[in-house]
Amino acid sequence: MSTPQQSTRATRAPRSTGAWSAIRLVAGREIRSRVMSKAWIITTAVLVLAVVGGGIVLNLVTSSGPDAQDVGFTSEVTELQQPLVATAEALGTDVVPTAVADRATGEQAVRDGDLAALVTGTPTDLEVVVDADLDSTLSTALTSVSQQAALSAQVTALGGDPDEVATALATSAPEVTALSPGDTTDVAQIAAGLLVGILIFMSIMLSGQLIAAGVVEEKQSRVVEILLASIRPWELLVGKVLGIGTVGFIQIALVAGAGAGTAAALGLVDASELSLGAAAGWLVVWYVIGYLTYAFALAGAASLVSRQEDVGSVIAPFTTLMIVPYVIAISIAPYDTDNTLVRWISYVPFCSPLVMPVRVAVGGVEPWEIALSLGLSILVIPVVVWLAARIYRGAVLRTGARLKVKDVLAGA
Amino acid sequence: MSLLEIDSLAKSYGSVTALRSTSFSVRSGEIFGFVGSNGAGKTTTMRIMLGVLSPDGGEVRWDGRPIDHAVRRRIGYMPEERGLYPKMKVGEQLVHLARLHGLPKADAVAAMERWTETLGVAERRGDEVQKLSLGNQQRVQLAAALVHDPDILVLDEPFSGLDPVAVDVMSGVLREQASRGVPVVFSSHQLELVEVLCDRVGIIKDGAMVAAGGIDELRDVGRPRWVVDGPAAGTPAGAWMADVAGAVPVEGAGTRTVFELTAEGAEQGVLRAALALGPVHELARVRPTLTELYRDAVAGRDEATDATGTAGTTGTTGTTGTTGTTGTTGTTGTTTSEATA
Repeated sequence: MSTPQQSTRATRAPRSTGAWSAIRLVAGREIRSRVMSKAWIITTAVLVLAVVGGGIVLNLVTSSGPDAQDVGFTSEVTELQQPLVATAEALGTDVVPTAVADRATGEQAVRDGDLAALVTGTPTDLEVVVDADLDSTLSTALTSVSQQAALSAQVTALGGDPDEVATALATSAPEVTALSPGDTTDVAQIAAGLLVGILIFMSIMLSGQLIAAGVVEEKQSRVVEILLASIRPWELLVGKVLGIGTVGFIQIALVAGAGAGTAAALGLVDASELSLGAAAGWLVVWYVIGYLTYAFALAGAASLVSRQEDVGSVIAPFTTLMIVPYVIAISIAPYDTDNTLVRWISYVPFCSPLVMPVRVAVGGVEPWEIALSLGLSILVIPVVVWLAARIYRGAVLRTGARLKVKDVLAGA
Repeated sequence: MSLLEIDSLAKSYGSVTALRSTSFSVRSGEIFGFVGSNGAGKTTTMRIMLGVLSPDGGEVRWDGRPIDHAVRRRIGYMPEERGLYPKMKVGEQLVHLARLHGLPKADAVAAMERWTETLGVAERRGDEVQKLSLGNQQRVQLAAALVHDPDILVLDEPFSGLDPVAVDVMSGVLREQASRGVPVVFSSHQLELVEVLCDRVGIIKDGAMVAAGGIDELRDVGRPRWVVDGPAAGTPAGAWMADVAGAVPVEGAGTRTVFELTAEGAEQGVLRAALALGPVHELARVRPTLTELYRDAVAGRDEATDATGTAGTTGTTGTTGTTGTTGTTGTTGTTTSEATA
């Protein structure tokens, strides 16, 4: 009686039996259930707001100087508008040039406070009208522009080309030889280093804890038994790690994007000093490496316990392993790029994902150091995955008291 | 005809032996009831069948071949410890599980809708599992075992915690699956239910099968016993049949006497002797119920290891067992016609 039914079953739509489809299903469930959870949405929103808000605060603190100064120009000196704006900007002050009909109108505007200064006279014989006194930066800029104009006039009088002279002047700069390079780190680099360090630590820590809680959730609810009746333990483990990893990746991408966007919009970072793209790229690479290392380690550890209350203690060795290099990284690396301790721990697997990206963001890392650190970390991943999978397979169906790694490995 | 064979399974957890050498087989379309006391090895056997646990020795075969991952994915399993994602919606969860078993998405959705309908939880599809009553969670758990249209069903205690209506639904589903040709293995402590539902039964004790076979086959063990309702049993019970060759009285109370046959057909002699003494109301074959068989099988262990358990167990077998039996045997009709013949 079973024969006809079994033949119809065989001819039905093909069943996907591959490991990949099982992994994809498990990962898909993780992604859907996490991304749609209130907790995740709120955490992500808070992180994004914190980064954007932090950027705005940083902007207010660093640009505490006077705002853009309105400077009036009478028609005789209109040609000096652009040189003045450029020179003032190089000195760190924004100048907004305004054309003024005549000297009387301009003086009235200065008296009313609408203009910080009125430039009049002729290019070679400048006169500046101010209410009480001239802003020192503006004064320097005006002096420079005035000197430039005088120089141009002399060059012309001597039969030369003022533009050629200007170009020659602009390209002439002293060659600087630093005897101990890297000792001077500017604020933007320190900020970038701190931000990268905090972001990568938080992401790996949060995702890792999600993994640990997820493993125990399945164990505690006993759903793991019917899952493992249909798919293999390693498929479940890998699917879970990839799914939660993707969720963490989406989060770090949103936060990093918000941070980079804020920095770019507010002009917090000078692109010539710090490559935002490279820092963000390395952040992603190290996140992936760090995440894989810790996710498998934490999943293996978490499979030893059966209750959420026990998760914290069983993963404590790994959270400590994350916190110590993190604290060293953010408290030393941005300020002392040559520190021996920081250099050494930036090569050590498990520590390097938390330290090396900070060093890279701050700058002054040799390519061979990055290669060594990456190589060691990548070599360790298969070992961690193999060990974690063995522990997970042996422990995930054994509920009750906390299991010992030794017993699990012996029984697996 | 496919055959599910469980062959000499052995398993120990450290120093504790869970299974010694457990063997039985289930044909397709057959319902096999698996009974035994707590810790006897039922769950361990089922978990090994599902590949959730690996045996120390022995193997499980389907169609003559050792069961592998592909076959296991075709098993519907209900674990003893119920397990579903508490915060996942019923419908989503069943579709997810069906797809993990390899069903394409459209088929998975259709199967989820069909089974939630059949098991009476269709209106709870959008609710999280944790919001359901225990009984409804149990129905969802059964749906989870059936949703991928399994070729084999292995259910650990499917009836525990169900109300009478749900028990009927569950029994109906098991019968229907068996009639499709699916071999069904389930464990239960509700022996009356096992007796009614199963084609064959296995009693496991201390990790070894002590009895396995068709219900009637198991009940026909030992010397045939009969009961006669007529002459007063007297003291010693059944003294009145002392002259009948081939009949040995076992016990008696009131007008009912139970006797064992040592020669075939001797019950006719007993009937004649009884009729000579007065009217006879009943002459019937006495078969032990599954409950009695079970108690006998388990009592052996109790005598050996557990002195306190022995008194209670054997006491109930001897006295209440026999009188209760005559009503439930269902063979009364045939034997009375035998008596009049």
